Parts: sequence; structure tokens; C-alpha cells
Amino acid sequence: MVQISLRNEADEARQSAGLASIAADLSSDQRAFKNVSWGKAMMWIFLLSDTFVFSCFLISYMTARMSTTVPWPNPSEVFALEIGGTSFPLLLIAIMTFVLISSSGTMAMAVNYGYRRDRITTAALMLATAVLGAAFVGMQAFEWTKLIHEGVRPWENPWGAAQFGSSFFMITGFHGTHVTFGVIFLIAIARKVLRGDFDTGRRGFFTSRKGNYEAVEIMGLYWHFVDLVWVFIFAFFYLW
Amino acid sequence: MTHVATHDTAQHPIRLYLVVWGWLFVLSTCSYMVDYFHLQGHLRYSLILLFMVLKAGLIVAVFMHMAWERLALVYAILLPIGAVLVFVAIMVLESDYTLLSRTLHPGLL
Repeated sequence: MVQISLRNEADEARQSAGLASIAADLSSDQRAFKNVSWGKAMMWIFLLSDTFVFSCFLISYMTARMSTTVPWPNPSEVFALEIGGTSFPLLLIAIMTFVLISSSGTMAMAVNYGYRRDRITTAALMLATAVLGAAFVGMQAFEWTKLIHEGVRPWENPWGAAQFGSSFFMITGFHGTHVTFGVIFLIAIARKVLRGDFDTGRRGFFTSRKGNYEAVEIMGLYWHFVDLVWVFIFAFFYLW
Repeated sequence: MTHVATHDTAQHPIRLYLVVWGWLFVLSTCSYMVDYFHLQGHLRYSLILLFMVLKAGLIVAVFMHMAWERLALVYAILLPIGAVLVFVAIMVLESDYTLLSRTLHPGLL
């Protein structure tokens, strides 16, 4: 009897659609996200928590900017780049945006080739992603250096509201740190792919568990998230 | 729904990712143009938000495979984001009040 009711419940979870499927999943036995591996579900939940962290930074920036009586520095001028006497607004930031989007493109393709078990192409695309990510961090370091030389500090800057500096260093610094860690993990996973760990079932150094090509997808989730955060920083901090 | 839940993202043609990549380039160029042409006021802010939401949507839906994910997971991740919007609304009210106090009583704050 118990057996039968369990089976019915499982069938229900499989067949229902829409909101009913959510109710069936959440009220079902043992696991809620039926066909989602724990690795992927945990990465999503981590990303959700990271979303809250970045949201808090952006909201505190919004609060500082909205409540200050001192004019806010014009980002279009602050981040302008002069080339051959002509000033291009936000040029470096635009290039950084395109670099990061390109890295997301190569990452998405790496995930796809991973599931096709094409180890060389997957590793190559992941390393390309890492190179683009490192280039992004390099350009960010250049930007920080330029601004610090111009006198931007977390407590003051030559152009207006003091909170500009603290918001800038906090938000871009935290994002840059995420990119840096992403690059390190990309290289680590690319090495595993290249060595064929996911084909031979070699056990991980830290976990002693066999991995599979889903590791590439989970790595990809993190990387796309970093790109996603940049979309919001670009819109709210640089363009607004 | 059943076939969506078991959708195999490995079957996607590479072309899909290239097309989305292209669109992200176009949308980024558009948002850069908003600044380049010095658009101001409501037009500027609505265009910035529009391009931002479109880019974020493409990244989450296609690159992060959210469009093919199980509905229970999609809602578990996307619904809590609503709390962020509530927080934004609260802090907008708070900032307005702070600005008002600072304007009415200069030198006090």
C-alpha cells in the first residue's frame, strides 16, 4: 500500500505541469529539484546569496547617491579615455564589457563541447575564457591606477560627492575579486578536462570523488553570473 | 512540461550561443551609445534599464540554461530576487527623506 502511494506521488511529480509541478516537487519525497544534481542546485543557491551581496552594494551606492546634497561626479567624464587628443567617454569600460561578454560566449560553448565529450575543444575554450577574464582584471587594475593617480580615494575625490570613491572601489573591487577567483577555477577545471579526468573517472584531489562534465556547466554558471553582475554595474554605476 | 524538464542542453547547436553572443554585443553597443550621444532624462534611464534587462535575461535564460531548468528550481532562484526590489523601494523612500532633511537643515547633517 505504501509502495503504491509512493509510486503514485513520483508519477504525479513527473507528469504535472506549471505551478502544479512546483507544488508536486516541493511536497515530494526526499528531494525537491528532481532532475537537478546537488552540485548544480548548490551553485544556484550560492549565486542567489551572492546576488544579495552585490544587491546590497548597489543599493548602498544608490542610497548614498540619492541622499547626498553634493553633486555626484559625472562617470562619463571620469572614465573617459583620451586617445590622440580626442576624449572618448567610457571607452575602457566599453572594451571591458565586450571582453567579459566574449568570455561568456566562449564559456557557453565550452559547456556545450563538454557534454559532447570533446575534451580538447572544451579545455581550449575554457582557457580562452580564462585569458579574457585575466584581460578584464588587467584593465580594471589599469583603471584603478588611473583613478588613484587622479586623486580618487574612498573618502574623497576632486570632482564631488566623497561616496563616489568608496562605492567605486567597493563595487568594482568585489566584482574584480570574483573574476580573479573565476579565472583560477577555470584553469583548475580546464586542467581536469584536458587530462581526461571526466572520461577516466579519476578521483579529485580534495574530494576523492569522480567528476563528470557537469563540472564544466557548474563552472559556467559561476562565470556567467560574474558577467551578469557586470551588466548591472555597467548600467547603474557607469551609465546612470 | 515533461519533455522540457528532461530537455538535454547538450543537444543545443553551437549556433544558438553564437546568436546570443551577437545579441549581447548589439545590446552592449546600444547601451554604450546612450552615453555616447548624451541622451538625458527619462529616455536615458528607460533605455539603460531596457538594455540591462534584455542582456541579463539572455545571459540567465540561455547561457545559464535557466529556460530549460526544472520549474521548481527556476522559482526557488528567481522569486527571492523580489526581496531585492522591495529593499530598493524601501531605500528610495529612505534616501528621499534623508535628502529632504539635509536640504531643510543644512549644516545639521
